[in-house]
Amino acid sequence: MDSWILTIVTFLPLLGTFFILLVPKDHHQSIRHSALFFSLMTFIASLCLLARYDYYALGMQFEVNLPWISQFGIGYHLGIDGMSLLLILLTTFLTTIAILSTFSAIKESVKGFYISLLILETGMIGVFCALDLFMFYVFWEVMLVPMYFLIGVWGGARRMYAAIKFVLFTMVGSLLMLVAILVIYFQYHTMTGEYTLDLLKITAMNLPANLQLWLFAAFGLAFVIKVPMWPFHTWLPDAHVEAPTAGSVILAGVLLKMGTYGFLRFCLPLFPIATFEFMPLISVLAVIGIIYGALVAMVQKDIKSLVAFSSVSHMGFVMLGMMALNEQGMTGSIIQMINHGISTGALFLLVGMIYERRHTRLISEYGGLAGKVPVYSTFFMIVMLSSIGVPGTNGFVGEFLILLGTWSYNKVYAVLGASGVIFAACYMLWMYQRVFYGKITKPANEKLTDINLREKIVLIPLVIMIFWIGFYPKPFFRIIEPSVKTIINQVEAGRAAYEAYKDNQDGTLVVQDISETIPDTE
Amino acid sequence: MPQMADINFNIIMPELALLMFSFIIFMFAPLVRKQSAGMLVALIGVIVAIVFAFSGWNNPQGGYFGMVIADNFAVMAKIIFLLACGTAILLSHDYLNRLNLNRPEYYGLMLLSTIGMMIMASSTNLMVIFLGLEIMSLPLYVLAGFNRGNLKSNESAAKYFFMGAFASGFFLYGIALVYGGTGTTDLYNILSRTDTALVSNGIYLTVGAVLILVGFGFKIAAFPFHTWVPDVYTGAPTPVTAFFSVGPKAAGIIALLRIFMIGFAGMQDIFTIVFWLLAVFTMTIGNVLAVMQNDVKRMLAYSSIAHAGYLLVALTAGGAEAISAALYYLLAYGFFNMGAFAMVIIIEGKNGGSNHLSTYKGLVSKHPWLAVFLALFMFSLAGFPPTAGFVGKFYVFSAAVKAGFVWLVVLAVINSLISVFYYLKPLKMAFFEKPEDIGPEAEAEERSLKVAPLVALAIIITAIGTLGLGIIPESFIKLTTESIFAML
Repeated sequence: MDSWILTIVTFLPLLGTFFILLVPKDHHQSIRHSALFFSLMTFIASLCLLARYDYYALGMQFEVNLPWISQFGIGYHLGIDGMSLLLILLTTFLTTIAILSTFSAIKESVKGFYISLLILETGMIGVFCALDLFMFYVFWEVMLVPMYFLIGVWGGARRMYAAIKFVLFTMVGSLLMLVAILVIYFQYHTMTGEYTLDLLKITAMNLPANLQLWLFAAFGLAFVIKVPMWPFHTWLPDAHVEAPTAGSVILAGVLLKMGTYGFLRFCLPLFPIATFEFMPLISVLAVIGIIYGALVAMVQKDIKSLVAFSSVSHMGFVMLGMMALNEQGMTGSIIQMINHGISTGALFLLVGMIYERRHTRLISEYGGLAGKVPVYSTFFMIVMLSSIGVPGTNGFVGEFLILLGTWSYNKVYAVLGASGVIFAACYMLWMYQRVFYGKITKPANEKLTDINLREKIVLIPLVIMIFWIGFYPKPFFRIIEPSVKTIINQVEAGRAAYEAYKDNQDGTLVVQDISETIPDTE
Repeated sequence: MPQMADINFNIIMPELALLMFSFIIFMFAPLVRKQSAGMLVALIGVIVAIVFAFSGWNNPQGGYFGMVIADNFAVMAKIIFLLACGTAILLSHDYLNRLNLNRPEYYGLMLLSTIGMMIMASSTNLMVIFLGLEIMSLPLYVLAGFNRGNLKSNESAAKYFFMGAFASGFFLYGIALVYGGTGTTDLYNILSRTDTALVSNGIYLTVGAVLILVGFGFKIAAFPFHTWVPDVYTGAPTPVTAFFSVGPKAAGIIALLRIFMIGFAGMQDIFTIVFWLLAVFTMTIGNVLAVMQNDVKRMLAYSSIAHAGYLLVALTAGGAEAISAALYYLLAYGFFNMGAFAMVIIIEGKNGGSNHLSTYKGLVSKHPWLAVFLALFMFSLAGFPPTAGFVGKFYVFSAAVKAGFVWLVVLAVINSLISVFYYLKPLKMAFFEKPEDIGPEAEAEERSLKVAPLVALAIIITAIGTLGLGIIPESFIKLTTESIFAML
């Protein structure tokens, strides 16, 4: 049972799509309910994972490892540790909420919409539990297809441009990652005589330093685009602004986490030597991203693009904490991944709710909403505060730990990063002030109705999570602690090799052509 | 085991079967002017030939003074040709009705052409390969111009004929020079005499090999011999185009594999560089030019050039792995490219012969299933998992990385990226754009149009192949890895 539960969680949404295919396309309500049913079942199944999870065990749990393409040594290898468990829970949780939130927003091609969402869910869960590089790549790419349709079919005015931009940007990175995967594959064969793409086996091997730099760059590019880090972020505002609300929620909540997850699961453990080499570069980019994202968010006229740019800033924090390579920083980084999913997901939902009523997202179109829609304003206030990182909310826990970790690694980065928190307060509070306070200037806002029961049901779980992580984050720390320790050990194991490598190079890095390091196997 | 010199009917049974069925078609064609009858006979012929071909699996035999060989490699190649031929036949029936071309000899020509491909695949002698090439090409010239009333079709046939004649000329001259250099046309003998021939009169052998490559370059549409492709592909009847893009290309690649992996294996140093350059330019030209097309049929013509480039990556890599990868890619390509052309045929039929991108607008709202299949084939062409296109590319690229051509693979993946852009164009039209307003009556008529059952069958077969090779590739990879040359 334990070994199959992960397969069930991954493919239950896909099963749901087959079921929805059978429902006649005009029965919108039944389609919505069955989509909700299957996503809820997936969420419950993922809670079973949590219930049966062993908090103290190191290494992967619920592992399945079956041969898939035996000639290539490719296996159907799934397994999770604490970090992936939390991300899977986040995925199933947010998908359920996103589906519930779309009951009134999506009126065209309803069937296709929910089929895309459920396929997307399978792809996302698959990415978080695949332990075979081939499988990981397959899920990583599969997930592009439904997202392409979600943006392109149900998106806003510039949806076609945004959809193709999203796909092409992601593909640039992922195709080079494919080449890197092939190089690892043959390198492993020359070193051990076995063909495999099993992540756990490859992690146990020490790749040559020169090769690690190239491979880190190829993997890193794919992940950096996905995160996205400055200057690779330009697809994100387009995709976020044009995507339908549910698409934005999933995109911000889960898809961006795949980039940071990729670093933690693949780049750091597989290429520890290169990690030390790239650490300063990535940290600098992260700091630039934090400040740049915040400054650009400040001048946005559209609420949704403001939230989108705030994502660039927040994801910069995640990367900064990770690259500190110490326990506080990395724990904060993983917690912040979850936080960002919840807070930004909730912000997009809130923006979507008001957009459904007024069909505009321009800040200047609003003003004085607080008196008109008090419940909505309260929810918005809570979520906004959590996004800023006010103590008592989840955002504080994550950002505090990240800055703590960064401080012991590099004080300048920590100071600059902390300024991002102040900027966040500026753009968020200023936006809140312009939208909710003052007098009602636009007559259309007079008729606004407050959120209904369904919308409250959508928001309440998110608010609960915000306070739970804010006041009592200990259970979350316990889940991720073994993962963090394992990753740090794996990276630290490369420190000696890195220093020896640097000495050999007399401080200068000479990167060799990788084709030389792959001997002809014929 | 029969002697090499013997006449051995076992090894040419698939060809003989097809020949018999094509003769039946030609004999009765003047009497029974029903293309349905011709189609039925041709389909039975293809099925019989597939059965005969498979019976030779794992039983390599030779005959006819070592000129014909039926090893696993040949069997696999024959299966690929026959699948392409069978699908093309399924697609043709409805199309010929639409054009009022009620002529059964169409199917006879298709079978004859397939026989030529099969001969090319099952020989280790340059003369016999040439024979196969000619048998393959002559019926194709006729097929390209089969829509006699149409100027474009005539243009297509004429262009194809002239280019084909040039290609044959190059090939034949190449054979003559190789014979002058080594005194033989048998591939294994050429290999054993390469070293001495290179010393004494190396120029003949080298130039001969280059000319042979040029001849095949025309056939598989490799850069810089690809210029005929767009016009010929666009003008020919669409099922014939579908057949062009898979059959002759596969035959060319398979013959090249045999010739360059056996006959000219002694000159690998030179030809690795040549193939490297050919692969890079072919991929890039095909993909870059495809981006600019607004006609889907023409776009697929350029895309077929790009796919020839990916296959040349496998040829560059060389070795057993690359042969297996190339065969797998050809099998996969046969499925998804045929499927893509099937979609073109249906959509073309719904709007009076135009293939412009704008005719794909709003397809999903009128025919959701067609749109879904279009998406499947386009994503497979672009190489997305979990389709055949992805596993095929993975296999070919991994063979190239294994042989040490990392930078070639980097260029190939950049090309794949470019290709994503244009493969998504029809999907953008089909899914994202609103359908054009054509008035309620025309719309009701368009909605009521049904896909002909045979075309639907072709789509189902190709879709199953596309997904099957992508999700459960193991058994197919087993087949292609066993498809090796047999030396008798």
